[in-house]
This record gives sequence, structure tokens and C-alpha cells, in this order.
Amino acid sequence: MAFILTAVLVLGLIGLVLGLVLYAVSRKFKVEEDPRVGQITELLPSANCGGCGFPGCAAFAAACVKAESMDGLKCSACKSEVMQQIAAIAGHAIEVGVEKVAVVRCSGSCQNRPDLRIYDGAKSCAAAALMNGGATGCFYGCLGCGDCVKACKFDAISMDPDTGLPVVDQDKCTACGACVKACPRFIIELRNKNKMDRRVYVSCVNKDKGPVARKACDVACIGCGKCVKACPFEAITLENNLAYIDFEKCRLCRKCVDECPQHSISAVNFPPKKEPKPQAEEPAAVQNTESTENK
Amino acid sequence: MNTFTIGGVHPEPNKLTADKKIETLALPKQAVFPLSQHIGAPAVPCVQKGDTVRVGTRIAEPGGFMSASIHSSVSGKVARIDTIVDASGLRKPAIFIDVEGDEWEPSIDNSDKLVLQNNLSREEIIDRIKNAGVVGLGGACFPTHVKLSPPKDCVIDTLIINAVECEPYLTADHRLMLEHPDEIIVGVKIIQKVLGIDRAVIGIEANKPDAIELMQSKMSMVSGIEVMPLKMKYPQGGEKQLIEAVTGRQVPPPPALPANVGCVVQNVGTVFAIYEAVLKNKPLIERIVTVTGKNVKNPCNLKVRLGTPVSQLLEYAGGMPEDTGKLISGGPMMGRPLMDDTAPVVKGTSGILLIPESDAARREERNCIRCAKCVQACPMGLEPYLLATASEQSDWECAEENWIMSCIECGCCQSTCPSRRPLLDWVRLAKNRVGGIIRARNAKN
Amino acid sequence: MAQKLHITTSPHVHCGDTIERNMRWVIWALMPVLIASFFVFGVGALIVTATSVLSCLFFEWFITRFILKRPSTLGDCSAVITGLLLAFNLPSNIPLYMILVGALVAIGIGKMSFGGLGNNPFNPALVGRVFLLISFPAKMTSWPVPAGLATSYIDAETGATPLNLIGQIAGGNTAAADQLPGLGDMFLGNIGGCIGEVSALLLLVGFVILLCTKVITWHIPVSILGTVAVLTGLMWLINPVLYVNPLYHLCSGGLMLGAIFMATDYVTSPMTPKGMVWYGIGIGFLTVVIRYFGSYPEGMSFAILIMNAVTPLINNWCKPKRFGEAEK
Repeated sequence: MAFILTAVLVLGLIGLVLGLVLYAVSRKFKVEEDPRVGQITELLPSANCGGCGFPGCAAFAAACVKAESMDGLKCSACKSEVMQQIAAIAGHAIEVGVEKVAVVRCSGSCQNRPDLRIYDGAKSCAAAALMNGGATGCFYGCLGCGDCVKACKFDAISMDPDTGLPVVDQDKCTACGACVKACPRFIIELRNKNKMDRRVYVSCVNKDKGPVARKACDVACIGCGKCVKACPFEAITLENNLAYIDFEKCRLCRKCVDECPQHSISAVNFPPKKEPKPQAEEPAAVQNTESTENK
Repeated sequence: MNTFTIGGVHPEPNKLTADKKIETLALPKQAVFPLSQHIGAPAVPCVQKGDTVRVGTRIAEPGGFMSASIHSSVSGKVARIDTIVDASGLRKPAIFIDVEGDEWEPSIDNSDKLVLQNNLSREEIIDRIKNAGVVGLGGACFPTHVKLSPPKDCVIDTLIINAVECEPYLTADHRLMLEHPDEIIVGVKIIQKVLGIDRAVIGIEANKPDAIELMQSKMSMVSGIEVMPLKMKYPQGGEKQLIEAVTGRQVPPPPALPANVGCVVQNVGTVFAIYEAVLKNKPLIERIVTVTGKNVKNPCNLKVRLGTPVSQLLEYAGGMPEDTGKLISGGPMMGRPLMDDTAPVVKGTSGILLIPESDAARREERNCIRCAKCVQACPMGLEPYLLATASEQSDWECAEENWIMSCIECGCCQSTCPSRRPLLDWVRLAKNRVGGIIRARNAKN
Repeated sequence: MAQKLHITTSPHVHCGDTIERNMRWVIWALMPVLIASFFVFGVGALIVTATSVLSCLFFEWFITRFILKRPSTLGDCSAVITGLLLAFNLPSNIPLYMILVGALVAIGIGKMSFGGLGNNPFNPALVGRVFLLISFPAKMTSWPVPAGLATSYIDAETGATPLNLIGQIAGGNTAAADQLPGLGDMFLGNIGGCIGEVSALLLLVGFVILLCTKVITWHIPVSILGTVAVLTGLMWLINPVLYVNPLYHLCSGGLMLGAIFMATDYVTSPMTPKGMVWYGIGIGFLTVVIRYFGSYPEGMSFAILIMNAVTPLINNWCKPKRFGEAEK
């Protein structure tokens, strides 16, 4: 009995002493932190994606509290409501920004742009882009090794096994821009999300002259300029044999889509023309089918 | 016999063309001259569409200090200045010339007569080399006039002639030594004069006994040149490895140069080109190319005008076999894969190698089993497994700390990996990125 | 050009080495030992080995197929080696269910839970062995005596192994020295012990096979054996009555088996020659300490596992000599 008692007493005593030490240390070395930093950190996605320009979410939260206004402080991964909450906690006013989403500007699927060669080296677009022009005839398009998929901290990009191209899940995409930086061919762009997620963009980045581009890919932009003429809002520019739609000016009229002889302009999430379909389908799925129709 | 101390591998030599005499290939119909055939800034064209050129006419001037001029190897009309996919696999600007006849610049001595007289001063020699557009013909294409002007604070005491040809399959340098030994010796003497030294060592690997014997027999007539047989081991032809094998000195990591340990290394093909440039006034317009491969009908050593399309070389060698899986410019360890056979022969094309499909396809990669074979094989004393993993995870700091910039991209690691990991692919990527980071840092400071 | 060309960068040739080739040579190098154990312990040795190998293969297949849902990795032969090494670390009269437990722990916990071959921090066979040693100490430490071609398996006669005796001598029971078998018997393998650790001679034959096929380098085995020989030799010189001749240590127990086949496991050993030597010295030192001062007669398994844990640190500390590195 005494044996057990000794054990309990000794252990209890050790526990007590250690507890006191811990208490003393925590008092002595207490770090005063603004409670708002913790509150903001909890609102943030904790992906530490670095899209805001700070080393991590906690650093961003501290910066928000410290700053005089929210100018230049934007968690690209947060929805605008969340940003408003953050601004409220930090005590700043904020304007509602335009929501953006990552857009893959290449439609060079296996049918449109067949492989002429075989690349079986390291599975990295960056490595492949460094060494040569890639397996297809197009020196500008997607390499298909999935660097953007790896870069995405929000699991919003996946490779479509049928087309070999990345697909952005617009509900998960936070427009943090990690994939934009990861893509060695600068295919991915952040564009305005727009009402009903409707977007019109040139799904090609090929800067080759028309005949070269056409030979490489069935849906390559050949720089014919028909879309530029068709656009009533002067939103389309043509540079280096490549058309580009300015998403700030584009009014989503879709005139250019019909005009493009190469079908390289994609319009997503618009209701199908003439034969109306039920709207129940998931937006991501619609985007997918739409873009395949365009090919 | 001497060799280097760290790492190294023994790939199958496969020197199929060692006994084949150098043959001269006919002129092409159209010659193409990419503007970047050397390390450094691309050359700047100095001809226009429609201009008439002769063999040896300069068509592009150096685009900077580290650059080289380019000469037409054919006579005819400039068809256009356009882009072509060269051995880098990327589309680069190039000059296209339609061939008409074979008319040489009158200043060029195009005979086989051996010229020995050399009354030129050091500056005149370097000038001629520079004007002739001579670059290192071993594959790196480093402008030779830059290499022959070492930094003032370095004392050069040894000239090393790289006749190792450690790459499997290739025999261009071997044949050149057998067929033009006198020219090479005169060339070595020219370089010795430029550098102002009397010690030169010709390093030849032991698998070329005929070349060693021939060169040694010539040595009885000249002084100051030594022929040194070297034990076979890849990558002995690497500049740093060769310096260690010959002199026992190790070049410190970049940015140090071979000149820092008192050595200048020149490839034996470059020596021949220097001889022609200085004493025959002939710019670099032809080179010896080995066309080879296990299934090639007629593997051969060809004297080819630069700019000739690879397809013409293949035709001469009996056509591209049906089962070809890879077309390589250079050797199997360090050569670059060609996108197709339209690419032209450039200054750095030491060989055209065809690998059958069965050998060309890489096997599926597996987990690294940490067998340490890459560490044992690395001739630079690096840890390729670690560098590749760092690269895969974009950990450029780790790669830099572990000496990634020392990598010479010899391919020993990847060629020994039992898990078939693409180690060198990853290391190259990291080297590229870390190089960029270092340059940015230096620019800031 | 009809055919598609590969555009993958250099090197374009490979020496032809594969994981399978290395693993197969390890298996061949282990075969002489297996044959020897059959002649020493009889059928039991074969039954235990077969059970262990088959169960390791089964568990690996089961886990990759149904839990990880990946393509099968049986082809790389590493499960066979784990099975062989596990069996070689067991007495030949161990009940079969224990082998199953050991194989499950070795493959399931020791290897596959980390992601399969290449990712495991500890030698899987030793994880299984140590698990069994701690769970079933009695069965795991009663070794059968050599019985020639015995056909019975479970009820073999058991007796003290040389290591038990060495421990007893060091503990003060110097009379036990008389029971020690001759050095010749120990070298050839006519002694009691685990299946794979009896014949130092045939283990050395395996070592030569591995060296000749360049599967392993000399660094780890030589540094382990050297360290053990030096340490035990020193103690023997200090007090030859309590501490036995170092040759007994070299030829006894799992030292040779561990040094040649288990410490050299690719995945769990250091990457640089310098690191390998330090790793070997660490294993040798720990083995001697455990043998003489620990409560287990044999310390090889624990020593290797402890040094496995240190391997990442060794990899950080021991960098290869870089080309052109200034002498420090």
C-alpha cells in the first residue's frame, strides 16, 4: 500500500513542479499578440499559397492589422465577403474587388494537336520547356505534364485524361495565381469571373504565323483579325499573330466566337443557342462540354 | 595510366566507325546557318535576302564579346532569313542559302598542302581565329578566341589537347588524328605561340592505340608536345576531368575557369580548325561528323559543309532505319535529341547517332531506392539523388547549397540509376533556375 | 519520317541496371546460407523460410492491391528479400503463426505504411524481427542445437548459443567458457542460433558475390566487422578471462548476417562512402555495447535499427568530396 502511495506522491509532485515551471515560463515569456491577428488568421484559408505576397497566412493577417488601409492587401484565395470580414476586423474600409478565375488558354487536345514526337523524360512542364519545343508541333501550347496541377494548393486544377489539358474547377479556384506562375508557357491567365461565370476568351497563345500555327493545331489562332473587326467594343487586339480579348472591355456579346474560322475563341457557361437545355447541370461540367464543343 | 579520381562510368564504347576513312559529303541543295551555333550572344546577320555569297563569305558577325562570326560554307544566293528548329529543339533564327556552284573566296587556300610557315604575331593569330569564327568543336562551342585570351592574372603553364573522345560511338576526332596528324601538330604549335608556353599534352584514351602510336611517332620530330595515353573512363573528355587526369589539378567550382589552375584545354578538332584558320585563311565551314548507330547500314565519318541538313548525311549512311526511335546530335551520353532530320549540321555537331526504338524509350521510373549508385558515379562528387529531389520540390536553396552549379551534365548518374529516374532532367532544371537566381543576385550587388 | 522520334534529353543510353537485378543477386547471395541452414537445422529451416517468404509476398500483394490500390510491386523482388532476411533471423523451431505476425509487421508497418520500397526509414525485416523478439521473447530466444538433417521441426532440442555463453562469461560465470564450441565449428556453422546466422563462411561467400556483382560496396560490412573486432579485441586484451577472443564475436550470432545483408540495405543506409563508414562504426559499437552490457545476448538488430534512425543525419553531415573543393 505504501508502495503505491509513494509512487502516486512522487509522480504527483513531479507533475506539480513541472506545471509550476511551465506556468512561470509562460508568464515570463508571454508574447503580446493583437487578438485580431488570430481572428483574421482563422478566416484565411491557411494554404500559405503566397498569392498575397507575404510568407504565409499568419504574416498576411499581421500585415492587415498593422496597415493603415487595405490598399494592396488582398488574399487572392478569399471570396470578397471574407475580405470584407477581414477588413472589418482590422478596422479598415474595403471596396469590393472583381472576382477572378484561372483560365487555361489552350485547346490543343490530342485530336486538335496530335503528338508528332514522344517525350518520356521528367514529368515536369518546366523541365520539358527548357529542353525543347515539346512533343507536338505547337511551340506555345500546353505541355501537359501538370505543373499547374502540382502548383494548385486548392485542388482546383486537374488534367483531363481525354484531352491531356488542365481543367480548372471554377468553384474551387481562388485566383491565387500559383498556376499562372507555374506554367512555363504562360497559358493560364486570371480573368474576370463575370456574371453567371460567363467568359469569352481566345483559347490559344500561339504566336506563329497563320500557316505554321494552323499546321501545328486545328484550333490555333492564326491571327487573321476577323474577330478584331467583329468586336463592337474594341476589346480585341491582335499582336504577334495572336488575338487577345481584354476582359475589362469585353461585353460578352459572342460575335467574335461565330466569326473565328479556327474556332479558337471559347465561350463558356453561356446557355446553348437555340435548343435550350435544363440549367441544372453543374457549371464546371458545362464549361467542359462547352469547350469541347468549341474544338 | 592516368585518369581522373572521382566517379565515372564505363559505357559500351561501340566505336563502329573507328576504321572508316573520312569521306567528303556532296554539297547540299540548300544550306541553313542558325545564328546561335556557339555559347553566348547569337551572331548578327550581315547579308540580306538575295545577296550572293561565296564559300567562306562572312554572313553573320559576332553579337557581342562572347560570340562568334558565321561564314557561308557554300556559294549561292541568300534565300531568306527565317527560323528553324535546331539541335536545341527550339525555333531559332537562321540564314538560308540556295546553293549554286562551288565558288570559294579567293583568299582561302583550299589545297591539301601542309603550311608550316608562321610569321604572325600573337595578336594577328587571335584575330584570324576570331575572324574565322572558330569555336570549341568538342560540343560546348565556346568561342576559341575568348578561350585563348585567359584573364591577365592567371599564369598558364600547360596546354591540353583533348583527343579523349570518351563519348561512345563517336570517332570524328580519332579519324582526324589518324588522317591529319601533321596539321594537328602545327595547330598545337600555333596555340603554344599564342599562349607563350612550351608545354602541351595530347590526352588520348587507351582505346585508340593506333592514334597514340601515330602521334607518338611524330613526336620525335617536335619538342614541347607530349602524348599521354589515358585509362578509359567516361567522362574523361570533360574539361575538368581531363585537366585532373593530365595534371592532377582540380579546377575549383564555378565561376573558376581552367585558367585558374594554369591550363587551357582545346579539342583536337578545334586545333585542326585553328590551323586552317591561321595558316590557310579558311574559316570554320566544314567539320568531321560521325554518322553511326547500331542499325545504320553504312556508318561513316563524313567531312560535311556546315549547314547541310542531317537528312542528307543519313541518306549517305544508308537511310534512316525503320526502327529508329531517337535521332541524336552528338554522342549518346551528352548529345541533344533532334526533333526531325531537317536540322542542319552546325559547328557543334560531332556526330549523328541513331538509336533504335527498343533502346530509345525510357523505362518506367520507380521510387528512389537510395542505392547510392549515382553518388558513386558522379565525377563531380555531387549527390544527384538529392539534387533531383530538391529540383522536383522546387527547393532551389537546397540545390544551391549542394553544389548544383558544379554539375557538368555528363549523364553518369542517370545512366546508372537502377530505378531509371530522370535525374539529369531534374538537375538541369534546377541548374537553370539556380543559375538565374545567382545571376539576379549578382546583378543586384 | 513515319516513326515518332523520342525527344527526351541525354543521357540516351543506360547501363542496363535495374532494381530487380540488384535484388536478385542479393537473393542468390543468400542461397548458400539457406542451404547450410538446411544441413544444420533440417527441414525446419526450409519450412520457416518458405513460410516467411510466401507470407511477405502475400502481404505486399494484398496491401498494394486492396489498400493502396496501386500496381503490384512484387516484381521488384524486395519482398522476397525481406522474407528471407526475416526467416534468417528466426530460430528454426518457431511456430508458424508467429512468422505470419512477423511478416505482417515487416511488410505492413515496416515498409508499406511508409509508401513502399524506397521510403521506409527502417529495415523491414528487422522491424518484424524485433517486434517478434519483444512480443515472444521466450520462443525467439530458444534456439535449436544443430541436429543434422532433422525432419521434425517444432520440437527440436534447444540449447545455449555461443552468444548466450559469451554473455554468461562476461557476467562472471567463467565456467561457461568450457561449453563454447570450437572456432572452426563457429566459422563453418556447426552451432546453434537463428537460421541465417550459423555459417560465417557461407555468409562471406555471399559477401563476395555481392561485391563482385557491384550490388554493394565494401564500406559498411568492413567497418562494422572492423569496429567489432577492435572493440572486443581491446576488451579481450584487458581481461581475457571475462572477455572472449574477438574471433568468437565475428563468427557468432547475426553479426555477419547483419553486417553483410541487413546493414547494407540500400534504402536505410547512408549514401556516401564516408557516411557508410560512420554508419558501420556506429553499428559495430552499439552491437558490442548491447552484447556485453545489455540484457539481450545479441545486439545486431537493435544496433542496425538505431543507426537506421540516424541515417538521415549522417546523410546531412557526410557529404562526398566535391570536385575542386578546397582542402579544409
